[in-house]
Amino acid sequence: MTRRTFLGMPATAPPGVGHLRGAESFPAAARRGLADPQLRRNLRHATTTIRAKSGGVIAELPDWEQLRAAGAAIKADTLARLPELLEQLEARVTEAGGVVHWAADAVEANRIVTDLVRATGVDRVIKVKSMATQEIGLNEALVAAGITPVETDLAELIVQLGGDRPSHILVPAIHRNRAEIREIFLREMPGVDPTLTDDPTALAAAARRFLRQTFLSTPVAVSGGNFAVAETGTLAVVESEGNGRMCLTLPQTLITVLGVEKVVPTWRDLEVFLQLLPRASTGERMNPYTSMWTGVTPGDGPQAFHLVLLDNGRSAVLADEVGRQALRCIRCSACLNVCPVYERAGGHAYGSVYPGPIGAVLSPQLTGIEDNASLPYASTLCGACYDACPVKINIPELLVHLRAEAVESHRRPTAESIAMAAAAYAMDHPRLYAAGQRAARLSRFAGRRGRGLPPPLNGWTGSRDLPEPPAQTFRDWWADR
Amino acid sequence: MSSRDVVLGRLRAALAGGTEPVEVPRDYRHTGTLDLDQLVQRLTDYRAHVHRVAEAAVADTIAGILPPGGTVVVPPGLPPAWLPPTVTALPDDGLDNARIGAADAVVTAAAVAIAQTGTVVLDGSPDQGRRVLSLLPDRHICVVRADQVVATVPEALARLTPHRPLTWISGPSATSDIELIRVEGVHGPRLLHVLLLP
Repeated sequence: MTRRTFLGMPATAPPGVGHLRGAESFPAAARRGLADPQLRRNLRHATTTIRAKSGGVIAELPDWEQLRAAGAAIKADTLARLPELLEQLEARVTEAGGVVHWAADAVEANRIVTDLVRATGVDRVIKVKSMATQEIGLNEALVAAGITPVETDLAELIVQLGGDRPSHILVPAIHRNRAEIREIFLREMPGVDPTLTDDPTALAAAARRFLRQTFLSTPVAVSGGNFAVAETGTLAVVESEGNGRMCLTLPQTLITVLGVEKVVPTWRDLEVFLQLLPRASTGERMNPYTSMWTGVTPGDGPQAFHLVLLDNGRSAVLADEVGRQALRCIRCSACLNVCPVYERAGGHAYGSVYPGPIGAVLSPQLTGIEDNASLPYASTLCGACYDACPVKINIPELLVHLRAEAVESHRRPTAESIAMAAAAYAMDHPRLYAAGQRAARLSRFAGRRGRGLPPPLNGWTGSRDLPEPPAQTFRDWWADR
Repeated sequence: MSSRDVVLGRLRAALAGGTEPVEVPRDYRHTGTLDLDQLVQRLTDYRAHVHRVAEAAVADTIAGILPPGGTVVVPPGLPPAWLPPTVTALPDDGLDNARIGAADAVVTAAAVAIAQTGTVVLDGSPDQGRRVLSLLPDRHICVVRADQVVATVPEALARLTPHRPLTWISGPSATSDIELIRVEGVHGPRLLHVLLLP
């Protein structure tokens, strides 16, 4: 499949900007996660704890399956009518005093936000945790323009101060323990009390002190959005800490970057997602804070509101009739918490800001399969993610679908494809095959130490036992009779 | 070609293969049996402090929560009888953030409360005020009348007006970002008191 870039046709996210592509393939990156016992302990603790909490509050709802079915259908309906719903959203937001911008990709979205911030004359913005702005690499773009973005979610702040990358959608600093967080704060947080302990309450209080003045003195905020209601123009952000409320309430200007798939048709649809999201995500009946706003409200909150509607590969995902269901995702991270591969490899192994099972299907579709060809294989196809998904995305089906695409897209031969081609050639040529079998028998004597294959095939035998070649081949036995 | 045309054009092209209309099943629960004890239990579960009092006792209850001489931010439409004489009221006539943040508490009414989730919702009405009022002070005292309580999330949405700025509050500010240990009060109010009137 070639990258389609001409105007008006579905296009994938451009390379060289944002965080959808890792520097290395999943197997190479996963090896580092697997070799880090601290990371694996932290992840195991986190995923098992959240799973148990989530299971408990889901069991309280006798209509959970009906809510899932409704959530899946609302999103499927949304995707089927996406252009008209976005136009409706644009009209309602504009009527309510907001300004709507359209961004074809990460480069354009970054430029729009940077220009909006520059127009206010400030050189610092406060940010609400947002997957969309991470996806497009907004922080890097702002820094390049001389603007300091301050992450205000505690975990994102830990990641930002640590010069690190998030490893989970919901709890981005889950790979860090309290001692590491204390060290990061002592090293990177200006004005921190040097006697700071690693007690979580003390660490959270340090972040509160550090950010309070920033909240009160920064007139521009950037957020993402969990939902946008086409019918009313209402935006919704769910959160826990109150940093979201600070960013959405205190500044004069609010800029919200929203993936086009986040729209829902009606106000009433929120009654489904506000039940599904917190229970599937943090395992709570309701998250501590949800903020909803429609355009601007005179005398209350930001008096300038900009909504940036982002494509960045979503149209390409929508174009795939099987793959488009990945756009139903409400970023709850339930699939991460049940995935045996994620639990062991960790979020960084996926290379993209979207880790875990949903990342393994969303990232390759957003970038084009060529750029994330190893991700559809980062799964055992056990199906736990499908069962956990509150909007019933059939991730295993998608993984298989994308594996087929990855195979088709392979233009460069791999070690495996060379070996298979050689085997096919030998099996087509009986004398060569017989010679090969005799050679294999010789290897009984050649390799005393470790019965692995030579490079580049040693990766296969590194974790598998190679059956010992028999002393006599069937052909030799037949010939001897 | 504007980016708007580009994005909408791409999305239309992506759907050019045709789509089937999707019927949304709405057979989940819309209403439930109202249970005020459940609201109390779920709020308490979130470490909010709940006081079940008669309206005549609101002022005394607030006096018990706050230190004598404490300052209280007051939205313009809050019933004056709710405030005890022992506190100093700061009516919001455009208070600046520094004064709001330095207050010992804010007292607001609510628009709706949801029993099944332990949630109170503020909608910016005069007895609730601007969003910032319930954000900066360290204590939020929220007065809820029993007739404002509904059982389910769908019932709550049906009572709310989307064009008002809405703040849904379920317990005090909290984070679980450090080894998943829940810590109250990161940026929002560290203490939430709900006074539930009959």
